[in-house]
Amino acid sequence: MTDQHYNFAYLDEQTKRMIRRALLKAVALPGYQVPFASREMPMPYGWGTGGVQVTAATLTPDDTLKVIDQGADDTTNAVSIRKFFERTAGVATTTATAEASVIQTRHRIPEEDLTEDQILVYQVPIPEPLRFLEPRETETRKMHALEEYGAMHVKLYEDISRHGHIATAYAYPVKVEERYVMDPSPIPKFDNPKLESRALQLFGAGREHRIYALPPHTKAVSLDFDDHPFDPSKAPHPCGLCGAETSYLDEIITDDRGGRLFACSDTDFCARRRAAGHVGPALEAAL
Amino acid sequence: MIEIDDLSKSFTLHNQGGATIPVLDGAHLAVAPGECVALTGASGSGKSTLMRMIYGNYLARSGRILIGGLDVARAAPHEIMELRRTTLGYVSQFLRVIPRVPAVEVVAEPRLAAGVDRATALAEARALLARLNLPERLWSLSPTTFSGGEQQRVNVARGFVHPYPALVLDEPTASLDGVNRDVVLTLIEEAKTRGAAIVGIFHDIGARERVCDREIDVTGFAPARVA
Amino acid sequence: MTPLLSVHGLTKTYGAQIGCADVALELHPGEVLGVVGESGSGKSTLLSCMAGHLTPDAGEVVFDTRAEGPRDVLKMSEPERRMLGRTDWAFVHQNPRDGLRMGVSAGGNVGERLMAVGARHYGEIREAATDWLARVEIAETRVDDRPSTFSGGMQQRLQIARNLVTAPRLVFMDEPTGGLDVSVQARLLDLLRGLVRDLGLSAIVVTHDLAVTRLLAHRLMVMKGGRVVEAGLTDQVLDDPQHPYTQLLVSSVLQV
Repeated sequence: MTDQHYNFAYLDEQTKRMIRRALLKAVALPGYQVPFASREMPMPYGWGTGGVQVTAATLTPDDTLKVIDQGADDTTNAVSIRKFFERTAGVATTTATAEASVIQTRHRIPEEDLTEDQILVYQVPIPEPLRFLEPRETETRKMHALEEYGAMHVKLYEDISRHGHIATAYAYPVKVEERYVMDPSPIPKFDNPKLESRALQLFGAGREHRIYALPPHTKAVSLDFDDHPFDPSKAPHPCGLCGAETSYLDEIITDDRGGRLFACSDTDFCARRRAAGHVGPALEAAL
Repeated sequence: MIEIDDLSKSFTLHNQGGATIPVLDGAHLAVAPGECVALTGASGSGKSTLMRMIYGNYLARSGRILIGGLDVARAAPHEIMELRRTTLGYVSQFLRVIPRVPAVEVVAEPRLAAGVDRATALAEARALLARLNLPERLWSLSPTTFSGGEQQRVNVARGFVHPYPALVLDEPTASLDGVNRDVVLTLIEEAKTRGAAIVGIFHDIGARERVCDREIDVTGFAPARVA
Repeated sequence: MTPLLSVHGLTKTYGAQIGCADVALELHPGEVLGVVGESGSGKSTLLSCMAGHLTPDAGEVVFDTRAEGPRDVLKMSEPERRMLGRTDWAFVHQNPRDGLRMGVSAGGNVGERLMAVGARHYGEIREAATDWLARVEIAETRVDDRPSTFSGGMQQRLQIARNLVTAPRLVFMDEPTGGLDVSVQARLLDLLRGLVRDLGLSAIVVTHDLAVTRLLAHRLMVMKGGRVVEAGLTDQVLDDPQHPYTQLLVSSVLQV
C-alpha cells in the first residue's frame, strides 16, 4: 500500500531527475565517479543512503525490487529498505533473484547470473580507491584524470610483503575498460569476476556524494602483479545446507564448543537449491 | 703548457670599509711541458695567490692564464671543472675531506672522476699510499684524525694519482720526514719526465734545487705602491 | 654541450614581495649546483618554481628531455610535467615526512615510483627496492618496516632511494641535510657524493649551510633578496668572494 504522503519512491521528481543525470553521465564514463547532490535520507549514513537514492531514481511503478544485505534477503538492513520502497513506491518486491528487475545490494553480487533486463544497485561506503594513500580529493581527482595509478599497486605490494600473498579480500580494486580504477564497494573479491555482467550496475555513495556505474558487458580487470595474479579465492568447503561447491560461503558459529557451519551467503540461491532437492553435509547429518 | 700574461689581482674587502688591496700586477710566466718552475718571494708577496689563480680558485682582475689552451681567467665554471678533471692537478697545504671517507677513497677520487673503473682506481691509490709509506692500517680510515705528515702524504697522493699534464704544488714537502720528502721529490721528477708542467712553492731550498728548473721571484709582480 | 637545464628570467612575486627575480642559470650533466642564501633570500622559491611546485610569473625552465630534446617545462601540459616528476626528475624534501609515505613499508616507498611507471612484477620490484636500500646503507632486513620506525638519517636516506630508483637525471634537493645530526649529515653527504658521481646525476641543492656546498656542489649561486648576487665555482666563491653579501656570509661561518 503506497503511503500517499510521499512522492513516488520518497524523493521529489527534481531530485530524481538530478540523480538520473548523474547516472547517465556515470554510464557514459564507466568507472568514473560523478559527484551528485546527495540528499538527507530517513536513515543513517552507512545504512545505504547512496544505494537508496539510486534505487529511488531508477524505480518505475512496474519494477520488482529485491534487496540483499551480505547476500541475505532477511537481515535488518535488507528488510528495512524493502519495506521503505513498498511503502513509498508501492512496487512489487521479491526475494527471487531471477524475478527482480532492480536489486539493491550491500557487499555481494548474487550467485545467479544476472540478465540484460536487470539493474544491480550497490551501496558504497568509500567510493575512492586511492583514498587510503591520498587524503586530498583534489589530488585523487587529478590522479584519476592523469591515470596515475602506480600508488594503487603499492597497497597490493604491501599485502604481499606482509602476508606473502595479496591479502585484500574485499573492496578489491578493478580497472574499468583500461581507464578508471574503481572500488567495487566492499564485495568479496570472490565476486570480482562477476563485475563483468550482462546487467547494468550502479554504485551510490550517499555520504561521499558520488555515483558511478558499470554498463552491461563492461570490462573490469582486478589489479594484480605478473607473479602474483588475481585469485578470487573462497573457503574450501561445500555449503553445509545445499552442498553447493561454487558459491560464496558465510561461516556460522553454531555453538560455543567450536562447532561451525559454512553456508551460502546468498540465501535465495541456497533456498532454491534445497527446494530442488540438493542436500548439504550439515543438513544431511541433522536428518 | 702554462702561460700567464699581464695578470693582476686585488682584493676588495666590502665589509671592512671597502678597502682594496692590490696583490699582483703585470704578472707573467710560462712553463713548458716537463719543466718545473718555483715561485719565490717573501711571505705575503703573492705566491699562493698566483697559484690559486692558476687553479681557478681566485678570480683574476685582468690578464690571461692559459692552461692547455684554456684561459682560466675567463673560462666558464664547467670548463674549469673539466680542466681540473683532466688536465690540472693541485696539491694544497691543507687536506679538505669529508669525515668518514677512507684515505684510500680520497686518493682514488680524482681517478674515479676521470672515469677510471673503481678497482683500478683503488689499486692505484693503494700503490701510491704504499710508496709514500702511509701505514696500511690507516688506508681505510678517514684522514680527519691523521697527523700533519700523514695528511700531507694523502694530499700528495691525491695530487699525483692522476697523470695531470699540469700541476700546481703548494709546499708539497712540508711536514714530511727525509724518507718521504725523497719519495715526493721522486714523484715530481717522474711527473716532469712524463711531460708535466709544474709550478710550485718550495720553502725547502734543497728540494727546490733538486726538482726546479727555474725560479721566479713574485716580488717582481708587486703593484706599484701608492705613496 | 647542451645544458641539462637552463633557466632564464625566472621571476616570482608574492604581491609586492619578491620571491625571486630574473634568475638565470645553466646546469650541465653531472654537475651539482648549490644555491645558498639566508632565509627569505628566494632560494626555496626558485627551487619550487623550477621543480614545478610553484608557477612563476615569468621566465622559462628549459630541460633537455630524453625524447624531444630541450623543452620549456613551464609550457608543458600538466600530465607531461607530472610524468617528468616521477621519471627523469626527483625532489628530495628537507623533511623526509614530506617525501615519504609514512604508513607504507620501506620497500613499498621505494617501489612506488617503479609501479608508477608500469612495473608489475612483485619479485622484480622488491629486488630493486632491496638493492636500493643497500645502496643507501639501510639493512635488507628493514625492507618491510615502516619509515616511522626509522631514525631521521635513515628516513632521509630512504627518501633518496625512493627518488633515485627510476634513475632520474636531475635531482632537486631542499636542505637535504637540515635537521640531521652533524655525524649523520657527514654520512649523507658522503653517500650523495658517491651517488652523484656513480650515476652521473645532476643536482640543484638549496641549503644555507656553506660547508654542505663545499663538499657537495661543483658550482655555487648566492642569492639575496630574490636575486642572484654571485655565482661561480664553489671553491672560488667561498675562497675569493666578490659580492659584499657573499663576503659577509663566508666570514660569518663559525670555524671549528
